[in-house]
Amino acid sequence: MNDATQAALEQRVAEEQRHHGMKPFFYVWGALLLLTGIEVYLGYQNMEPLRMLTILMGLSILKAALIIAYFMHMKFEASTMKWLTMCSLVFCLTMMVVFFPDAFRLLHLGAAAR
Amino acid sequence: MSEAVAHHQAVAGVYEPSLFGTYSKKIGMWLFLLSDSLTFGALLYAYSYGRISTPNWPTPFHSESIINATIMTAFLLTSSLTMVLAVNAAARGKTSALRGWLIATMICGTGFIVLHGREWGNLIAEGLTLPVFPSVPGHEASAEFANVSKLVPMFPATFFGLTGMHMLHVTIGVIYLGVVALRKKFIPVLLVLWAIGYFTIPAYSPFHYGVHVLLIGAVVCSVILWLRPKIYDSADVEVAGLYWHFVDLVWMFIFPLVYLMSTKIL
Repeated sequence: MNDATQAALEQRVAEEQRHHGMKPFFYVWGALLLLTGIEVYLGYQNMEPLRMLTILMGLSILKAALIIAYFMHMKFEASTMKWLTMCSLVFCLTMMVVFFPDAFRLLHLGAAAR
Repeated sequence: MSEAVAHHQAVAGVYEPSLFGTYSKKIGMWLFLLSDSLTFGALLYAYSYGRISTPNWPTPFHSESIINATIMTAFLLTSSLTMVLAVNAAARGKTSALRGWLIATMICGTGFIVLHGREWGNLIAEGLTLPVFPSVPGHEASAEFANVSKLVPMFPATFFGLTGMHMLHVTIGVIYLGVVALRKKFIPVLLVLWAIGYFTIPAYSPFHYGVHVLLIGAVVCSVILWLRPKIYDSADVEVAGLYWHFVDLVWMFIFPLVYLMSTKIL
């Protein structure tokens, strides 16, 4: 490992330790398990699919944010890294939503045929 | 923090400091993970597309499947915590603790794969199958699943495609961590696991052929270790950790979308 790599790693670990220590990682793990429990509970509620999908995806995005921020250490990275990676990811994934209106069209076509 | 790192890098190296304030291996892994997240994004969107556009979408997951998938989720979340502890041990230079946490992570990952394999086996035996899967001898398809594969072929196709892709990623992750933790010693372990899997899993199971991933993994890891026989340092452990957390992250979307949205409510 070269000096620059070692320095970057030590800085990152020092930053984590200075502000948080290891406790937040255990809290995040507990929060993730709790959110999973809530999701399973919701799965057994006889909810309208679209409403349930919205709530479950909202909880999943919250869980993903916790994993990226703490477990993947994005919270402790440089702001250039945070913004560039996350914005490009969100943009590309959002572009895929363009297909959903077609799925609704198919659903309505099926209903019309019946 | 980034300014401090950039300053240090400018002094230590002859190259200009990284725009991202970190080392290139980590940036490389993040770029790979971004591209891989688009692969999973496409698969998840395909599943959702089918879910929305198909009025008679099946809901085959009984409470047994949901409990199984919840335990699998707990395994993955716990493995992420042990991976964080491994990265922390590596950064502090605690080699034995590092190895222990990495092996704990691998055990959780293996538990996930075994439970997932059992879930697949049960569904296939009950008749939820793909045309490429051989039929299970001595098992009649249940009335519930008999027509699902014929009437809604998109369900098994997207289910097995999505969860199979994720299972492959988890398996690669376990192999990756095994090499980081045990280096050359892990190759014979992989070969033994492959031999046990190949000779004990019945030929009608898709895992009879799927277990060849371990053999391919052993060959690839051997070549990598032969080309670059070095001790993996804390940066390598952190980069491996990024991959492992990504696999965990993807499951956070698969679990509610595939299982909870298709729960059988009695």
